[in-house]
Amino acid sequence: MRVLAAMSGGVDSAVAAALAVDAGHDVTGVHLALSQHRQALRSGSRGCCSVEDSHDARRVADELGIPFYVWDLAERFTEDVVDDFVAEYAAGRTPNPCLRCNEKIKFSAVLDRALSLGFDAVVTGHHARLADGELRRSVDAAKDQSYVLGVLTPEQLAAAWSPLGGMTKDRVREIAAERGFGVATKPDSHDICFIPDGDTRGFLARRLGSLPGPVVDATTGATVGEHDGTYGFTVGQRKGLGVTAGDSRPRYVLGIEPVSRTVTIGTADLAVVDEVRTGVPTWTGAAPALPGRFEVQLRAHGTPVACEVSTGDDGLRIALAEPQRGVAPGQSAVLYEPDAARGDRVVGQAPVADAR
Amino acid sequence: MTYLDHAATTPLLPEVLAAMTEQLGRVGNASSLHASGRAARRVAEQSRERLAEALGARPSEVLFTGGGTESDNLAIKGLFWARRGSDAQRRRLVVSPAEHHAVLDSVEWLVKHDGADVTWLPVEPSGRIRPEALAEALGDGRDVALASVMWANNEIGTVSDIAALAGTAHAVGVPLHTDAVQAVGQVPVDFGASGVDALTMTGHKLGGPMGAGALLLRRDAECTPLLHGGGQERDVRSGTLDVAAIVGLAVATVTAVGRREQRAAQVGALRDRLVRGVTAEVPDARLNGAPLDEELAGGPGRLPGNAHLSFPGAEGDALLMLLDARGIECSTGSACSAGVARPSHVLLAVGADSERARSSLRFSLGHTSTDADVDAVLDVIGPVVERARRAGLGRR
Repeated sequence: MRVLAAMSGGVDSAVAAALAVDAGHDVTGVHLALSQHRQALRSGSRGCCSVEDSHDARRVADELGIPFYVWDLAERFTEDVVDDFVAEYAAGRTPNPCLRCNEKIKFSAVLDRALSLGFDAVVTGHHARLADGELRRSVDAAKDQSYVLGVLTPEQLAAAWSPLGGMTKDRVREIAAERGFGVATKPDSHDICFIPDGDTRGFLARRLGSLPGPVVDATTGATVGEHDGTYGFTVGQRKGLGVTAGDSRPRYVLGIEPVSRTVTIGTADLAVVDEVRTGVPTWTGAAPALPGRFEVQLRAHGTPVACEVSTGDDGLRIALAEPQRGVAPGQSAVLYEPDAARGDRVVGQAPVADAR
Repeated sequence: MTYLDHAATTPLLPEVLAAMTEQLGRVGNASSLHASGRAARRVAEQSRERLAEALGARPSEVLFTGGGTESDNLAIKGLFWARRGSDAQRRRLVVSPAEHHAVLDSVEWLVKHDGADVTWLPVEPSGRIRPEALAEALGDGRDVALASVMWANNEIGTVSDIAALAGTAHAVGVPLHTDAVQAVGQVPVDFGASGVDALTMTGHKLGGPMGAGALLLRRDAECTPLLHGGGQERDVRSGTLDVAAIVGLAVATVTAVGRREQRAAQVGALRDRLVRGVTAEVPDARLNGAPLDEELAGGPGRLPGNAHLSFPGAEGDALLMLLDARGIECSTGSACSAGVARPSHVLLAVGADSERARSSLRFSLGHTSTDADVDAVLDVIGPVVERARRAGLGRR
């Protein structure tokens, strides 16, 4: 197979490329330049698109003896991921930019280009069992990235491959060390790559400016405070609300209303939901028969919950077996079919519209 | 493998390898006073004389450097500092925007950090700088520190009439620097006859070693050093002479200049066949730069080894990758340190739009090029361009 290896400069994609070479494929490495201000990015290793990362990726490619190129996707990344991220927050939702990047950049712009250039597949270093058009959780539950891949369609999955889903992150680092890759000990990335200092609220404040509004207590209806922008809040958030309500019980963000810029807060009993309504779903294979029973994961690294899914007005209606807190509109509700032996299989996903 | 990137670097000449290998086995610092030092100095000075003779310079006008980038930096910054030092109003630089980044970034550094102003020269669509344009930009020249115009462009291969430009600059008392990295060995270069005040050249573009170059600097040109130390090279470029590299540089220069006419005819014929063949396979491919057979002041108006083409609708880096996969090595022009392909600043300077600038490839031929290399390109260029076009431009 002619395989295009997307190489971020991190240890995972380095090992994925190496394993693709070992498997006998004709591999070409590509690093995606995603930032329009590359030199301005900090020089650490936690982001995914600094000049150093590009160099790290190139070093590995050279050691593997495979061709290596940098593809400039900064314009599309800015439009499809960064601007979308800002717009979603402005609309009172909580987006997942990694999921958006997989959907629009890695498995769309890059995959399309790879296929038209004559490649058969794109190999990535995602921690997920991703082969033969099926997407399942990684054996390393703590590192599992199937959630941010849940948006992929059958066409995208058919040409996507990750060889890392069957091993732990520790094993990935071991393989990198055995091969003498300099990135073997490179720290994991945790932040959003285009917010290198990790200050999401500060980033949004620079993009959106001050948009003050009231903080309202759900029980009393009273305005209990002011905020500088709804983008500083996420449904389910408890810390940093900056208000004191009438009593000492903790308060949580219950809802964000972008037009009046109202942030509604309330006590723990009000913050739980057992029904989630979504927008239009996408499926990783044939659409399942509904209603049906699945497990749903409602945010990255969230705990899966049993649920019953039926068709709703504009999307899905998901009845949760156990009430959940912090189900934020804009996040993706990823549905899994449990399978302890082969790994839970991702069935599809839909964006959370509302929860009650 | 089909190597068509001689403008990036060209294979070492066998006679260079032999001369350098011999010298590398010898001890001696050319600044030492004992016998070993004297022997090393003798070799370095013989090399200086031979290089000077090949390029129409006097030996004392040859300053050995670490290559083209250093020579450009030394000329731009050194001449600027010296000229402004003797008259504070001379802080303007008059420069072509199609220069190599070694010149452009030196200029921009002076603007940003040292109070320089810059006037960018208008560039002809062919890539040439006309003396009239230089004259207009210089004005009365009183506020100008120096002008810099490359002898031949590294991307599109266009040659400018450097002697005429030097005359124009001197008419208002302004010194002219020229980056002749691509020109030496490909077109006639005579430092003295051209009248330029400073000329950059380097070894590895003509079969010499990397990391060895020279700045030819007129005796009366004042130049403030970048490197301070032992006072070598007229006190303008301190540092122990790398005698083996200098021997290699001189042998390469003498050899390339000596064989220039015969080689230019050979390489030019291959290049012409390549361009004709490519445009037959891809009818809307467009040649950038000066016409293939253009003459200028009695010499070629375009580097004989340069073929620079745009392929509308195909992205340069997709073409490069597809050709690379088929064993053909060429270039898209300039790449930043992270390897991101940017639209060529040279093509933008000659008035191309960003689309055309992104869709171009440079094939550069040299002393090892053969008919088989040309055939290899012609065999695949049609399907490669077609596939790259299907891959689109990666943008909306």
